[in-house]
Amino acid sequence: MSGEFTKLFELFIAASLINNFVFTRFLGLCIFFGVSKKMETAVGMSITFTAVMMISASLSWLIFTYVMVPLDITFLKIIVFIGIIAGFVQASDTIMRKTAPGLYYKLGIYLALISTNCIILAVPLINAGEHYTFIESLAFGFGSGIGFALALIIMASIREKLELADIPVSFRGLPIAFVVAGLIALAFTGFSGLITL
Amino acid sequence: MAQQSTVNYWELIKNGIIKENTIFKLALSLCPSIAVTNNLKNGVLMGVAVLFVQTMVNATISLMRKFIHPRIRLPIFMLVISGWVTITDMSMAAAVPDVYKQMGLYIQLIVAFASILARAEMFASKNKIAPSMFDGIGMGLGFLFALTVISFFRELLGKGSLWGMPIVNTKPLLIMILPAGGFFAVGVLMAFFNWIDVRFFKKSASGAH
Repeated sequence: MSGEFTKLFELFIAASLINNFVFTRFLGLCIFFGVSKKMETAVGMSITFTAVMMISASLSWLIFTYVMVPLDITFLKIIVFIGIIAGFVQASDTIMRKTAPGLYYKLGIYLALISTNCIILAVPLINAGEHYTFIESLAFGFGSGIGFALALIIMASIREKLELADIPVSFRGLPIAFVVAGLIALAFTGFSGLITL
Repeated sequence: MAQQSTVNYWELIKNGIIKENTIFKLALSLCPSIAVTNNLKNGVLMGVAVLFVQTMVNATISLMRKFIHPRIRLPIFMLVISGWVTITDMSMAAAVPDVYKQMGLYIQLIVAFASILARAEMFASKNKIAPSMFDGIGMGLGFLFALTVISFFRELLGKGSLWGMPIVNTKPLLIMILPAGGFFAVGVLMAFFNWIDVRFFKKSASGAH
């Protein structure tokens, strides 16, 4: 039992730090650069993201294992997963509009784009590719969500300071954000080798 | 954007490559621009895959535009896109297995490209098949161009080679093929294109977002 727990913990650390989605797998960059301007939106996005990620990972796992594998239609996984995610995001969109209209107004277009977001689709695809068990998929989804939240919050806190900095004209806006992301990525390479899976 | 009656195909292609370049100008679909560009071969193949999907999706949507009810258009678009992506995914797995092993996940994730959905929504669903295809080719070529430039510099500086063949014999800058180097390369190239805009076309720096 403890061995299993250790494996889950390792999976979680690997997904959030070593193979951080933003800095070593380069997924979800559109959203990463889009909502990391302000801390408040970054936090809201992280929470939504982690929740949607975990739920879509478990839903996709159930459908993949109990419907698609028996029917031998695993080649349809891209289409099916995106359907599951789009449906789920639509639901979370409606809930957020009712419960937190202020946040909904701020996240605006990015919440609509979450269904076509690479990270959320990548988690079920990787889960299916690596043949993770249900609990492992959940740990992987949670780790990825936390990793993304970490990246987003670090980036948001730097970019808030960056607003006041004197930057050369051609580097203003996105280019400097990329360079900053590169520096953070450099720091994250320090995590590689922390755990060998 | 070109209007229906007087469509200049060359303008459509130029628009995709320069004015609305997916990566450098719109800053969309950034994930593969860093993920697969640590060598030229992967970068170019990824660009070709996107070019193919973008063109075929635009053509299909344009053919189907009269039958798609506006209320369910987004799910239909996603279905068409994921269909074409699945075809590309399987073809590449069969044709170039060694490259596919490194970037298979990113090929599958073409389905989540905001730029492809955006072109289907903004252009292909309102235009005839020929302009739609040229729009797709333009956007795809713009993407291919961006990936080629990024991967060219990253492989040259990071490994001292191009397309796997050694070119320079000095000690390479290892950082350029590391994840961090990808961010630096895209950031510097974006700044470079901004600089050209400001310096030669007297435009104010856009700063994209």
